[in-house]
Amino acid sequence: MRNILRRREIVADDWRHLGEELAAGASVILPLAELRAGAARWSAWRGRLGVRLTPADAPEDLAADLPRLNLVAVEFPNAGDGRGYSQGRLLRTRLGFWGELRAVGAGVKQDQVFLLARCGFDAMELAPGEDLEAARRALTRYSVAYQPGAVDANPGRQRFFAL
Amino acid sequence: MYRYDELDQAFVEERVAEFRDQTRRHLAGELSEDEFRPLRLRNGLYIQRHAPMLRIAIPYGLLRAAQLRKLAALARRYDRGYGHFTTRQNLQLNWPALADVPDILAELATVQMHAIQTSGNCVRNVTADHMAGIALEEIDDPRPYCEIVRQWATLHPEFTYLPRKFKIAITGSPEDRAASEVHDIGLHLKRSAGGELGFAVLVGGGLGRAPLVGALIRDFLPLADLLGYLEAILRVYNRHGRRDNIHKARIKVLVKSLGAAGFRDQVEAEWQAGRASAPVLTAADVERMRGFFRPPSYEALADRDVTAGREPRFAAWYRYNTRAHRVPGYRAVFVSLKAHGGNPGDASAAQMEAVADLAERVSFGLIRTTHSQNLLLADVPQDRLYEVWRELESQGLAMPNIGTLTDLIACPGLDFCSLANAGTLGVAHDIQRHFDDLDYLYDLGNIEIKMSGCMNACGHHHVGHIGILGVDKHGEEWYQISLGGSANGYTALGEVIGPSVPKHEVAATIGRIVEVYRALRAEDEPFIETLNRVGLAPFRVGAYAQHPQAA
Repeated sequence: MRNILRRREIVADDWRHLGEELAAGASVILPLAELRAGAARWSAWRGRLGVRLTPADAPEDLAADLPRLNLVAVEFPNAGDGRGYSQGRLLRTRLGFWGELRAVGAGVKQDQVFLLARCGFDAMELAPGEDLEAARRALTRYSVAYQPGAVDANPGRQRFFAL
Repeated sequence: MYRYDELDQAFVEERVAEFRDQTRRHLAGELSEDEFRPLRLRNGLYIQRHAPMLRIAIPYGLLRAAQLRKLAALARRYDRGYGHFTTRQNLQLNWPALADVPDILAELATVQMHAIQTSGNCVRNVTADHMAGIALEEIDDPRPYCEIVRQWATLHPEFTYLPRKFKIAITGSPEDRAASEVHDIGLHLKRSAGGELGFAVLVGGGLGRAPLVGALIRDFLPLADLLGYLEAILRVYNRHGRRDNIHKARIKVLVKSLGAAGFRDQVEAEWQAGRASAPVLTAADVERMRGFFRPPSYEALADRDVTAGREPRFAAWYRYNTRAHRVPGYRAVFVSLKAHGGNPGDASAAQMEAVADLAERVSFGLIRTTHSQNLLLADVPQDRLYEVWRELESQGLAMPNIGTLTDLIACPGLDFCSLANAGTLGVAHDIQRHFDDLDYLYDLGNIEIKMSGCMNACGHHHVGHIGILGVDKHGEEWYQISLGGSANGYTALGEVIGPSVPKHEVAATIGRIVEVYRALRAEDEPFIETLNRVGLAPFRVGAYAQHPQAA
């Protein structure tokens, strides 16, 4: 059983990635290619569906799928690849996705979670070996921000140039 | 100048606490070097050839006296008693111990300073014209916009892990003193036909391996849209810039591959799509920020002849090291960090303290750093100039060579930098020795030499009238010479004139090049204009005329 950070709490993950053990009706996260290739199977799936984007995927291509998706996972293959921050931000602000937005991959570490949350990620599946408690504390490392961020991830004090 | 409020102060202190924790985890073995590197880089810390190097941010090159004194104190305590001012207006300390860096950053925070985002693949220090606010022909002071962009870019949640470093420069005068056209983004303040303030937006300039001049992608961007448009540019870059090859990851490569028009179309499309949620700069925001950069309380003075009856060396200093000021009775004074025998851009702790004292006495307590690696006292009453000169002279800071050939730009080179192929400092000393005769130097007029120790071009060699690039040939230092570059007035990239020369031949080769100029120039014709008029050929011939080892 994997623990993740979700809305600032450490919780047991109730989702499975495709390839992990899947009970019937489980909540499953599919690669985008699998969502397309296995459309027939997954449209009949009784459980919740999520999709996993790689850094090269365009979130705009997901627009038509979003109403039936409960989760979008965005992959950060390493800490230096920042494409996922833009993907997350676009999903939240432009595409209006209000399901779970989850950061996944080897690049999801305690030193990234503050930025992730402010781009709209409400869940972080941390890289193996990461200290979840430290990551949870890192969400409140700053009391200040200079830019508007995701609604529920802004620190107490902000100064940014008006919206 | 800008003053931190409680919020800014809390932010830098929280940043120090975060880095202290990251450093502790690294030293305890919890963060590997690979994991720690991007974190320390975003706090200005490089691990260099001999020791760490800490690059401290001097936003748009503006310092209060107390801040410069703090830099002096840090240089004394953690470096070897000096610091190096860079072409991007920052200060580098060369010998701090890794474990001390959190303490250094904490000390910086006590004077409203930091080293945030001075390296790493993120938005770097925003630079500006060192004559901002005092230049005669200025359209508007760029510094309020620099500070707005600085705050916006600080720990930007979306743009802190870009494909590569990202440099922005803002100018407000027709003359580009900030090399803005060789920045990732150059913003030029301008007025529309209707008199409204805004920016021309250039993208994709840069030096390094594939030097390019920035492409104009928007002729007029209203002030209100500044941050929204920057977000659109950065988002297109963050999503589509190359990440597979560090040498092709700068935005210039993306702009080049799409073509300027193709890139502009993507930015405009992104901007239109995101406008509803993009930040808009209100007139109140701008006014509030402009309030921090109001002119100081100048006295009502008249221009005067201050050189009459004074020593010739003072007259030379006045001519070369001071500049006209917008306000009658004042001059802007360069503090030359180009003394012959010294390292370009270096200042000792004692020199920094002397300049801080002087600034408090005669220039409203403010000091500026310049792209040309000098300091500037911007607002000196003309009747104090002689006193200022005496003091600078006693500190070794009055070398009357600003704008001349020995006011050269150089990166720290092999002596400090782990990337360099060549020791730029030794070559700089050779050039200073070769051109030590001031009358000769003055006869040559304005010649800009820019020197880099490697392809990364920190010394901007591509845009020097004379560019010098250190290259490694079978473990030996050789130097490639280019001519015809320019970053000031108009931007042009220099052309390599021929085979590289060995280290001991660089100064003599430049000596032969300038002799060609002396022989061919029309009356009062500057070096760069002669070069543009007659072309490279005679210079090429002259440069190698007596060269025994050209290969």
